[in-house]
Amino acid sequence: MENEFQQLVTLQYFFATTILNFQTDYMKFIVSLVLIALLSVAACLYLPWWSIAFVAFVVSALIPQHPGKSFLTGFISILLLWGSLSWYISSNNNHLLAHKVSMLMFKTDSPFMLIGITALIGALVAGFAALSGSYLRRS
Amino acid sequence: MKLLPCILSAAVTTGLIITLNSKLLLPAPLGKLLSPQHGVWQNAENADATFNETFNFPQLKAKVNVYLDDRLVPHVFAEQENDAYFVQGYLHAKFRLWQMELQTHAAAGRASEIIGEKALTHDREFRRLGMVYAAEISLKEMEADPTTKASCDAYTAGVNAYISNLTEAKLPIEYKLIGYQPEPWTNLKTALFLKYMSYDLAAHDDDIEMTNAKTYFSPADFDLLYPSKQDSLDPIIPKGTIYAAPKVLVKAPATADSVYFANKDLLVMQEEKPDPENGSNNWVAAGGKTKSGAPILCNDPHLGLNLPSLWFEMQLSTPNFNVYGATFPGAPSVIIGFNDNVAWGVTNGGRDVRDYYEIKFKDESRNEYWFDSAWKKTEFRIETIKIKDQPDYIDKVAYTVFGPVMYDKTFSGSRITGNKYYAVRWKAHDPSKELLAFNMLNHAKNYADYLAAVTNMHTPGQNFAFAAKNGDIAMRTQGEWPAKWKGQGDFIMPGTDSSYMWQGMIPQDENPFQYNPERGFVSSANQKPADSTYPYYLGRDYPPYRGLIINRKLTAMSAITPQDMMAMQTSNYDVFAEMARPLFLKNIDEGKLDENGKKYLGMLKKWDLNNDINATGPTIFSVLWTCFDSVVLKDEFKKAPQVISHPFESSLLDGILRDSSYKFLDNIETPVKETLADDVTAAFKAATQQLKIEEGKFRLTWAAFKATRINHLAKLEPFSRLNLPVGGGSHCINATKSDHGPSWRMIVSLTEKTEAWGVYPGGQSGNPGSKFYDNFVDQWVTGKYYPLWMMKAGEEKDGRIKWKMSFSN
Repeated sequence: MENEFQQLVTLQYFFATTILNFQTDYMKFIVSLVLIALLSVAACLYLPWWSIAFVAFVVSALIPQHPGKSFLTGFISILLLWGSLSWYISSNNNHLLAHKVSMLMFKTDSPFMLIGITALIGALVAGFAALSGSYLRRS
Repeated sequence: MKLLPCILSAAVTTGLIITLNSKLLLPAPLGKLLSPQHGVWQNAENADATFNETFNFPQLKAKVNVYLDDRLVPHVFAEQENDAYFVQGYLHAKFRLWQMELQTHAAAGRASEIIGEKALTHDREFRRLGMVYAAEISLKEMEADPTTKASCDAYTAGVNAYISNLTEAKLPIEYKLIGYQPEPWTNLKTALFLKYMSYDLAAHDDDIEMTNAKTYFSPADFDLLYPSKQDSLDPIIPKGTIYAAPKVLVKAPATADSVYFANKDLLVMQEEKPDPENGSNNWVAAGGKTKSGAPILCNDPHLGLNLPSLWFEMQLSTPNFNVYGATFPGAPSVIIGFNDNVAWGVTNGGRDVRDYYEIKFKDESRNEYWFDSAWKKTEFRIETIKIKDQPDYIDKVAYTVFGPVMYDKTFSGSRITGNKYYAVRWKAHDPSKELLAFNMLNHAKNYADYLAAVTNMHTPGQNFAFAAKNGDIAMRTQGEWPAKWKGQGDFIMPGTDSSYMWQGMIPQDENPFQYNPERGFVSSANQKPADSTYPYYLGRDYPPYRGLIINRKLTAMSAITPQDMMAMQTSNYDVFAEMARPLFLKNIDEGKLDENGKKYLGMLKKWDLNNDINATGPTIFSVLWTCFDSVVLKDEFKKAPQVISHPFESSLLDGILRDSSYKFLDNIETPVKETLADDVTAAFKAATQQLKIEEGKFRLTWAAFKATRINHLAKLEPFSRLNLPVGGGSHCINATKSDHGPSWRMIVSLTEKTEAWGVYPGGQSGNPGSKFYDNFVDQWVTGKYYPLWMMKAGEEKDGRIKWKMSFSN
């Protein structure tokens, strides 16, 4: 009986800590993701495009995560931000310019390719910047 | 412990940023270009974008309201005239900044600054022609006139008001793609733009090519190949007009025959040249010939077709005048258009105003040159050409009494000439008040005002058509042209003797003109302005055919409506083919043709002489004419220098129509004597071969064969419009060729309430990411027009008005 109770408590504790850990990790991830995106939009109003790297670096240095996760945070944050921003602008433009610019840059008439490459470029820069921030925190 | 990975990943990040921010590893700075908040995405204009804005500029004296209609044409209402020019400058910059700067950089010989060393030849050519020198002289003249100075100052301030508020995101896309920044506008840039137009319209010359032709051919052959008389000519001012004795008496130099005409000097060089086909049509039917009883004025200037277009449509309304029409981004005022009282339009008066003189320098230093039996001191102008990513190029250009020494052993354009020096005398080096001419035309109320206005136009010389509400019509071949002795400046002239210089200018009151002529219409289409009774030498290079068909149509027409004029302006009838086809059909030996040849001959016979998009006749005729020209003349030109004038189509056709045993029909390389029939049949066989290939590529129909295109100014293909289904051709009123043609079509009926129509192959916005970039193109392609709406005060609530910009101080 007592054994069973102990087992139950242990089990409950185990679950609780896991969920809690999961929740704090999850929260950190989400908060970083949103912060990087929001601060990037703000920074890019006044600063050059590569200010997204600065933002991702600072955010991941302040909110400690595993380096791999930090990279993913920066990567996904700007992937979503730049992807959705360029998609939004382009669809309001009926993709008129994206057709032309994709032809000009990549010799392929594909607005979505241009949107994809836009998102990927921002994502890579922010991802590596976030990784650097994370390592700085650990060093 | 984690320091190393930190440094590593920071290095990767920095490397990525540097790579994506420059052209170091990638062909384009992708990060910079694709950042949604900075790069090209910012040029993707929202399809429902609003142009409503409110501005405060202390430079303004009073309020200015701009109403933008559904075609993005601004209707500018200003309380002060100069405020209107400020806003015109602002709007030109807002919609066309990149082209304004590109054209003025090209004019100033500064293209290397942007695109690097590959533009150096162009830049040196333009500097050595004296483009900047000419613009500086022009600027002095402009600023000496208070009206012109005030309008230019206001215009420049307007352009700069836009530039100084530009953010990186708002830069025109071409700046982002090429990677540079706009600089402030100046009045000099306006002068440079106008010189660019002079270069385009009044810099054409064949002096070098003709000197080679004169050297290579015997005098008799030369006269036959390059006659100065055209049988089919119907001049702008009709034959039979009586001219007074000339006020300026020119005398050919005593040595002209021995030193100039008989001089056999072979030159091999080639220069950058404006399009020789820059032509245009304009005509006015007087009230007696129109249905409404009011004059109808029509104009379509033919220029290189580009996107963004050379033209920007707008209305300027001030207490002094109310004008609508086509404007030049780069200059104040309306250039071609109409106001409440009059309408005007221009065609190019392509006389030869660019001549060369061979200079004899004392030594290599070029410090002194032999002139009128003495050594004369040279002046030097140091041209510093900045080149992107490279040290500056310094060009020391010698200036003589004639003008700059354009060609020497350091500069031959693209070919070596040996050790000779050629100075260029170009009329555009002289002061000219073209802006005052347009300013006064914008204000003109009647014929007297028009006359006072256009006589300010010296270079480029233009044929000004005019019509007024009171029923007056006029045509004036306007410009300040050198009075030349016969043959002067057709070839390179000796530069050692002042007797070869231009001896004077034709007085303004001796310019050929017509005012309310009996025939009830006036017209011009770049043909020779007058017949041989005109007492001054007019040169030889004029296309005769469009003028012929225009005058034939206008003579026959009566009770003309604006719709008739639209049909006429877009007419694809080929009068050259009308004259040349019978020659082919009559002389061809059908028995010698194969199946394909017979098929094409059948098509040619059935052709209705209209260069319509789906017709095969024009393709067959065009290929056949090229082959015929080659069969007739190839043997004579086989050993000729490469840089040589090719005889005009009219010279060959006139020659054969005049004499069916025309000397050059014989192939001098064969023992037998070929006849017209032999040449026509041989040409048809050669044409058949080429036509078969074209047919295989589905290019037998005219539009497919001609493949009209409108190139982006930097030749970026996705920003261009290719393979447009447009008919017409060189000799049709609709003179649309592959990349050249009617750049603005306008028809103005001067009824009590003016009715006007117009269209240009482009769009109001210069931004390739805007739906207004090329939205007029399809309308232009199909030969349709837009009504041109002269908005009146009180019509602000009209449904056509979509946006409003308010400017105040």
